[in-house]
Amino acid sequence: MSVNLTLLLVMGVLYAVGIYLLLERSLTRVLLGLMLLANATNLLLLTTGGYAGLAPIFNKDIPSTEYNDPLPQAFILTSIVISFAVTAFMLSLIYRSWLLSHADQIQVDREDIRVAKQDLYDDEEDSEIAVEVSDFHENTHPVAKRETIPGIGYKKIAQVPIAGPVIQVDPESPVPHDDHDQPNKTDKPGKE
Amino acid sequence: MRARNWTRLGRMKGSGTDVNPRDSLISSPKHVEPLVLFVLCAHFIVAIFAPILFSKWGRSAFYILAAVPGISFVWLVAQYSNVFSDTLPSPALDISWVPVMGLDLSFKMDQLSWMMSLLVLGVGALVLAYCARYFKTNDAGLGGFGSQLLAFAGVMFGLVTADNLILLFVFWELTTVLSYLLIGYARTRIAARRAALQALIVTTFGGLAMLVGLIMVGESAGTYSISEVLAKAPELMSAVGSPKMVLDIGIALLLVGAVTKSALLPFHFWLPGAMAAPTPVSAYLHAAAMVKAGIYLIARLAPGFSQTEYWQVIIVVLGLGTMILGGWRALRQYDLKLILAYGTVSQLGFIALVVGLGGQESALAGMAMVLAHGLFKAALFLVVGIIDHQSGTRDIRELSGVFKSAPKLGMVALIGAASMAGVPPLAGFVAKEGIFQAFIASAMHGPAGPGVGWTVLVGMVLGSILTFAYSARFMWGGFATKPKGMATVFKPVGWTFLAAPAFLSLLTLAYGIFPQIVEGWIKPYSEQFPAYDPHGMHLLLWHGFTPALGLSAIVIAAGITLFMLRRKMEAFQAMTPSPMDFERIYRQVIVLLDTVAIWVTGRTQRGSLFFYLAVILSTAIASVLAVLFLTEQDWNHDVYFVDPTSPFQIVAGAVIVIGAVAAANASKRFMAVLMVSVTGYGIALIFALQGAPDLALTQMLVETIILVAFVLAMRSLPARLMERKQAGSHRLARMILGVAFGAVMVVVAIIAMGARIHDPVSLAMPLMAYEGGGGLNVVNVTLVDIRAWDTFGEISVLAIAATGVASLIFVRGRGQRLPRAMTVESGSIGKLKTVPGFGPTIEIAKKFTASPSNPWLVAGRTLAPERRSIIIEVVTRLVFHSIIVVSIYLLLAGHNGTGGGFAGGLVAGLALTIRYLAGGRFELAEATRISAGTLLGVGLALAALTGVGPLFFGGEIFQSAIIAFDAPIFGHVKFVTSTLFDIGVYLVVVGLVVDVLRSLGSEIDQHEEGGMAGIEMIEDDEPLEVAR
Repeated sequence: MSVNLTLLLVMGVLYAVGIYLLLERSLTRVLLGLMLLANATNLLLLTTGGYAGLAPIFNKDIPSTEYNDPLPQAFILTSIVISFAVTAFMLSLIYRSWLLSHADQIQVDREDIRVAKQDLYDDEEDSEIAVEVSDFHENTHPVAKRETIPGIGYKKIAQVPIAGPVIQVDPESPVPHDDHDQPNKTDKPGKE
Repeated sequence: MRARNWTRLGRMKGSGTDVNPRDSLISSPKHVEPLVLFVLCAHFIVAIFAPILFSKWGRSAFYILAAVPGISFVWLVAQYSNVFSDTLPSPALDISWVPVMGLDLSFKMDQLSWMMSLLVLGVGALVLAYCARYFKTNDAGLGGFGSQLLAFAGVMFGLVTADNLILLFVFWELTTVLSYLLIGYARTRIAARRAALQALIVTTFGGLAMLVGLIMVGESAGTYSISEVLAKAPELMSAVGSPKMVLDIGIALLLVGAVTKSALLPFHFWLPGAMAAPTPVSAYLHAAAMVKAGIYLIARLAPGFSQTEYWQVIIVVLGLGTMILGGWRALRQYDLKLILAYGTVSQLGFIALVVGLGGQESALAGMAMVLAHGLFKAALFLVVGIIDHQSGTRDIRELSGVFKSAPKLGMVALIGAASMAGVPPLAGFVAKEGIFQAFIASAMHGPAGPGVGWTVLVGMVLGSILTFAYSARFMWGGFATKPKGMATVFKPVGWTFLAAPAFLSLLTLAYGIFPQIVEGWIKPYSEQFPAYDPHGMHLLLWHGFTPALGLSAIVIAAGITLFMLRRKMEAFQAMTPSPMDFERIYRQVIVLLDTVAIWVTGRTQRGSLFFYLAVILSTAIASVLAVLFLTEQDWNHDVYFVDPTSPFQIVAGAVIVIGAVAAANASKRFMAVLMVSVTGYGIALIFALQGAPDLALTQMLVETIILVAFVLAMRSLPARLMERKQAGSHRLARMILGVAFGAVMVVVAIIAMGARIHDPVSLAMPLMAYEGGGGLNVVNVTLVDIRAWDTFGEISVLAIAATGVASLIFVRGRGQRLPRAMTVESGSIGKLKTVPGFGPTIEIAKKFTASPSNPWLVAGRTLAPERRSIIIEVVTRLVFHSIIVVSIYLLLAGHNGTGGGFAGGLVAGLALTIRYLAGGRFELAEATRISAGTLLGVGLALAALTGVGPLFFGGEIFQSAIIAFDAPIFGHVKFVTSTLFDIGVYLVVVGLVVDVLRSLGSEIDQHEEGGMAGIEMIEDDEPLEVAR
């Protein structure tokens, strides 16, 4: 089938600019990028319909090939309205993000960084526990330590803050507006 | 040799000898026994309702639970004549489940299954009854625990009766899951959780290996029915080359599953760890039932596959090693339960070795040991539970004088321990004698040759000596009066508590005295194997002075010596470190896994959206480029720049490109938004030129509403967009990625479209739309009829997005009831503090406002005078109703001409937007007296009803009907039911727009007026700590 290069080139530009904006830090620009990507995709769908044709309003005297392909049109119609809904949703996200942090930008996910920096030591797996010699715990008085296996597991580093200063770790992140964060949080000992 | 065995199997199936097993199964009279399934279901159903029973009767509910396996046990005993019938095939049940995958609910109660079921149901009933005295009635989570334990009994019964490999696996994994829950019963304690997880990981690992093995074996045999696979075994074993290799490896993998489940080397460590479970669980799962699943699998496969390549090596090395290691470790434990646990490990190795060897004598002796072990080990665990319950400890350094305090308990324990040690006249002795005899015969006449045979025998004697020693240690540790003068406080034991272990010990005694009965049960199974002992073998208490008796004597004498030397043994064991600590290796593996996981997570989950997107996009670009370079592409496509029927496209395209580039460069927020809108309108133009009026109309409307929504949502944000020239903006990378992605998309589009050689499917659609859908507008009929499912999904998304918008702005609720205009004082909304430059004008405006009537808009008066525009109000008044009429026209005309539910809904939304812009939020409240939620709900419901409706008239979902009639005034009317669907679409779209206006418009208005005071700021939560 023939390919309409004009529409494809316009589509290419829309994709390029869309991606360029999508990768920005500003949430507004990200949303604009998404809208451009949606437009680009609609154009892509449209080009699959081939040459321009008649509007697909049925007339029994006109052969099917004379119409512009109605199937991509139906897809595009769906796409347009869905994009509208998504845009509205993103707009409210931006507004809420603005209300909460007064920043119209994508922030670095602190939780991700915390996970990456976490200590291998885990109370659940690595803490030393006393041997239990009874199912009836009100009577339990442990008499011996569990057979410990030297060199395995990680010893707990006492009271070193783990979650605190990781925010500065990522050089690409501007310091986020977080008035609520308490940087001197220390690792809570396990409750076991 | 083999042929003879199969004659026997053939006879069991009630058919001739050398026929295809499937034929024999079909031709034989089938003995269907639906009660197997009934027993299974009874366990599960009662298990489901167990928590209710417990809330009503407390711990006594365990008795009701025990009745389920108890009654099943009676049924099982009654099945004896059927199972051991010489004329009838084994009772079976076959329900087709997923036949294409060879997955059937098939059960078969042959002699082996029957014996295993005896253990599973019998011990299950006793343990459940025992629980009624073991737990306190107010123990937390008792209902769930009872339910899991009963379900476990059912699952175990299913496992030993399943006659389908996959079904067997399902039960197998269910035991793993339930064992995890049961071990972790004391979920507040770290030891229990850790042990449960360890058992889960180890046995699941084995289970996965087993699944692979099952599939390899099933595919080799061409069937997943266990009895058919076994019937085909001689044929499969005679294969050569790769089919044989697949079978060998498959069977070896099955053994890996058995080895992990039955806690053989090198996976034995999970079993002592699992002693963190409540003691009744240990008695049932870790002595009688679950750990026997591996043994059962070995016993089930041995008749057919004990001569596969890796079988003997695995069984002999691991079995013998486990037996000796377990016994050795048991000798240095101080916790009674751990002595038993390591003893169990040792015995499981022993049993696996005997059962897996593949001779008639060893099969007989091995199964005898399975039953004997189930009886004495369960009894001993229950005894330990009683000691723990009455004295509060299981530590043998603390216990003293228990035998004196509780002589009956001591006798019960003594019988069990003596049976374990192999002392006559008990079950353990009979079984062990049989084993020695079998292995002497096997060493002398067996296929493995004397070298292996004698080695194994010596190993077994060594293991048995250790067994005697730890049995003695158990009795001494638990019951003896120790010299230091400490006496444990021991509460008297009630007979209901003691009943279960006492009953088991009685059985141990009875078994020892009447072993012929047990032999009768095992014989049909063991006769499948070749016999090595020329004199034949029987389970007897007294064989005369045989070599086996001599070995037993050696074992007892050496065992007593070893026990006497216990202090030196402990000291010696403490000095010699164990050469291989498998738990340590396991923990190292887990630590390594943790390290790798954190490393990978740290490298990939960096918390930067740019990074994630860049990786995704680069992958998309690179993979497409790779395909382009690695495959040959046809580049000779018919490419054109100017569409002859639509040359004006180029102009529209140029506008779009300019708009897009300007949007990327804009530094002011609204400029950027406006430029994106330019591209949107440009695309609407292209739609129109291309022959798509519906698209053009919809795109125009959407662009307009989006523009308004943008302005409304962004008014509180700063006018300037964020400065770009700061660290981390990656400008060059973004440009490269953008251009590369755009270029790749163009190339992909050219190639994909150029590759098209067939006519589009849509050529048939115009006629379909007219004849089937009753409409002229093909696109609209496609949406509401041909692809109605698609559209239904779409409007659901719209409703969700609308709800999302409302909930993000309102946070609580969606603003169903907005205040009405009559509650507001005139001119009070949106007052500016200072109005510069208006002077006298404002006075006139105030007069205008003061007019009590509402000349143009209902709520126009509520706005502050300086906010009002008389021109807009008048125009709104004039056009609003016309626009609504147009929207309804578009909705109804859309079936035949341009329009439809989407376009109509958007137009109506636009009309409401104008009302809001002209008269403020109270005007909107007056205009939309029906809330957005109601509109969305009614719209979705209408669409759904249109979909379901035809079902009531014998049609299909979303089938449309054409109703033609003549009406006065309108003339001939052709009504298509899909129009109702379109009305639903219309309502949903209006609902979406109303939600957007109320949220981004009205509610933000209020935020602005209230200076954000009315908004609850959500506290930034601290990162969640991992629950401990």
